[in-house]
Amino acid sequence: MESHNHPSFIEPYQGAATGVGGILRDVFTMGARPIANMNALRFGDPGNPKTRHLVAGVVAGIGGYGNCVGVPTVGGETNFHKSYNGNILVNAMTVGLADKNNIFYSAAAGVGNPVVYFGSKTGRDGIHGATMASAEFDEKSEEKRPTVQVGDPFTEKLLIEACLELMATDVIVAIQDMGAAGLTSSSFEMASKGGLGVELDLDSVPMREQGMSAYEIMLSESQERMLMILKPGKEDVARAIMDKWELDFAVIGTLTDTGRMVLKRHGEIVANLPIDPLAQASPEYDRPWTAPAKLPVIAADTVEAVDPASALKTLLGCPDLASKRWIYEQYDHMVMGDTVQRPGGDAAVVRIHGTQKAVAITTDCTPRYCQADPHEGGRQAVAEAYRNISATGAVPLAVTDNLNFGNPEKHEIMGQIVEAIKGMGEACRELDFPVVSGNVSLYNETQGTAIQPTPAIGAVGLLDDVSKHMTVAFKAGGNHIVLLGETKGWLGASLYLREVCGREEGAPPPVALHRERRKGELVRQLIQDGQITACHDVSDGGLLVAVAEMAMASGIGASLEAPSSLPLHAWCFGEDQGRYVLEVGQDDLVAVLEAAQEHDCVARVIGKTGGTDIGVGGSSVAVTELKAVNEAWMPTFMGAEMSGH
Amino acid sequence: MKAAVIVFPGSNCDRDVAVALQASMGAKPDMVWHRDTHLPDVDLIVVPGGFSYGDYLRCGAMAAHSPIMREVKARADQGARVLGICNGFQIITEAGLLPGVLMRNSGLKFICRDVHLRVENDRTDFCRYYRSGDVVRFPIAHAEGNYFVDAKTYREMEDNGQVAFRYCGADGNVAPEFNPNGSLGNVAGVYNAKKNVLGLMPHPERLAEDLLGGSDGKLMFDSLVEALS
Repeated sequence: MESHNHPSFIEPYQGAATGVGGILRDVFTMGARPIANMNALRFGDPGNPKTRHLVAGVVAGIGGYGNCVGVPTVGGETNFHKSYNGNILVNAMTVGLADKNNIFYSAAAGVGNPVVYFGSKTGRDGIHGATMASAEFDEKSEEKRPTVQVGDPFTEKLLIEACLELMATDVIVAIQDMGAAGLTSSSFEMASKGGLGVELDLDSVPMREQGMSAYEIMLSESQERMLMILKPGKEDVARAIMDKWELDFAVIGTLTDTGRMVLKRHGEIVANLPIDPLAQASPEYDRPWTAPAKLPVIAADTVEAVDPASALKTLLGCPDLASKRWIYEQYDHMVMGDTVQRPGGDAAVVRIHGTQKAVAITTDCTPRYCQADPHEGGRQAVAEAYRNISATGAVPLAVTDNLNFGNPEKHEIMGQIVEAIKGMGEACRELDFPVVSGNVSLYNETQGTAIQPTPAIGAVGLLDDVSKHMTVAFKAGGNHIVLLGETKGWLGASLYLREVCGREEGAPPPVALHRERRKGELVRQLIQDGQITACHDVSDGGLLVAVAEMAMASGIGASLEAPSSLPLHAWCFGEDQGRYVLEVGQDDLVAVLEAAQEHDCVARVIGKTGGTDIGVGGSSVAVTELKAVNEAWMPTFMGAEMSGH
Repeated sequence: MKAAVIVFPGSNCDRDVAVALQASMGAKPDMVWHRDTHLPDVDLIVVPGGFSYGDYLRCGAMAAHSPIMREVKARADQGARVLGICNGFQIITEAGLLPGVLMRNSGLKFICRDVHLRVENDRTDFCRYYRSGDVVRFPIAHAEGNYFVDAKTYREMEDNGQVAFRYCGADGNVAPEFNPNGSLGNVAGVYNAKKNVLGLMPHPERLAEDLLGGSDGKLMFDSLVEALS
């Protein structure tokens, strides 16, 4: 997972496109064929004049790149909040498939081995992109447009095929893509990891334009370029493959044992630097921080009670919950022919080509929880990813993250970072859900205003038998609706509180991690045993929203019986954690409830499927009406852009 | 039946269509690189979807001049079946195997979703397992699928049964609201005069397996196998 936040704000199409390109390269550089893309996007208030332009550009950029490369974009999440007005977040994730015995690394080895450049030519684009992306924005940030890179997805497609073909030949010692800071970071990092030195002849670098200085060549962030160390004498093997794919190829230097970087341009040495202090041995920060204050818990009876049907319509039509069809229909989510669950469910399900296995993939984070309590928000982001994976029937395997925060030099922001990481770490340990990679984006601030802390989680799970994957859609009328997990009616930091009552306050719902794991295991077992027919985790908007989403996916309604022990609005819209809604046929009900008891999980029947309405506590609304509201927001919002031009 | 799939730089549905072909014909098709000048002895040539040459210049314009296309045209003239899907439709249209052009979608956006199509002519090797008037569901995924041809040619094509599929509603109703890209007469796919060449924007290979959401597309490959074996 990788962020391209700053560039996407300055130039949304290219910023987002090159974000996708960068994360794809990170994956195929290791010898993995990319099989799916995901993204996690955060935009400013829909009423902000820049928001539409940014949404249109980012979505077109992600689609423009991913569609051309031919890797399906299978899902993601999109939120809107005013804290992102000056700093949108564009986090791109790629899942690749590698043979565990044939993974490629970047540590250089073998004094005298050739240092080889291949891919696109080097131009003057993107110079200082990395430093731009690591500073706060001010009123002059628009002037930084020339630091944004320009993507060429066609070349990336050729690069994927060429790399994978080359990797099948056993000639590569080490390989790395040229990302932020281009040739500088790739050459220094590869040499430092191998404890070696490098001598580069910059005259040999394939260049797009004349008269480039050594400085420009070393700092260019031209896209679709790779650096590798070849085994001695294997240059011709590699060159033939690059010729086939019409990519530039050049031997630009050799490895030395000096531990120094020596750069030559026009026959003269223009730089001679020690490598380690700039890479592996660079100093590390230990910044001071202050823990954020805990917010008060908001009692449900102090929150205004609105008729459930009317509140449900408001929620399903609000920017965060509205259907994102307008976005995902611009992404090719089916290319490669293995997309089993398309965007719109809890997690995307992508079959492993040529097998009966599949991976479930999700991205999750609830920034309003992280703002209210970064520690609890960090736990919740991981737990929600765990639930989304489990709800498809897949066993959660691993997590990657994209930590987006404000300026870490401020003690309270550093406090958010520390607490969010603590919370995520606790959840990952408790759920046996390791963090295997990640990316950090700091200084997401404009004129002193920081984003809500957004530690986005990307997670992957495994289904051994893809035919058993579970979906959110109700399958038939007359089935039981079972709620798994406890409901206390937690409305603090909820979407109901924000969207229906206009209040952003209170402590977020706590996550009971020890119970989370048991419930996940139970859900997966029920799916495996064929005892439930639909499953959806309860998240943003609470129980009634989850039930409505299951109804909208199928057109089948539901009637619910609310308990009298809680205020109705708290039962319907509370965001208590660790809950799933299950659809269960009559014949399986006893077995499901018994299994829940065996797993020490609270489960109760809350209603039945059927009809064409969602009804609860005497209030009801047609599923078609909900669907219309849910589908209308995004095209209406974006349509205003078209008419405005 | 023997089949070949042409692979251009930037093709990305080549594997998908090879999988669908193999499922129907029981053998792998030959994958032929665009720079080759010779085609194996095959009954069916598939020009797959993707972004040949990155769609730079104009979709399909550069691929239409790849060395292998001379051979594809010669085989088409000799009666071999040629199937162009999505970018493949754009390529074979640019190469002159089919009348008309494919312009930018009227909504100016890339669109990926399932659409309903009405089968317009079942008396071809591509559609013998469909009946004229059948409604099938295939996905589209394109930004340039807006088919256009001059009025005189269009009339001739209609008279000659050259319209293969039209975008329609689930009940087969062909109306503007079911047209995803502004295509003339809701046209989604067309034949050449001899009906041995079919180009279509929707992807039959993407719904050729129930696990992926449907198998209407499989019937097209089954039809070809039945006709050419």
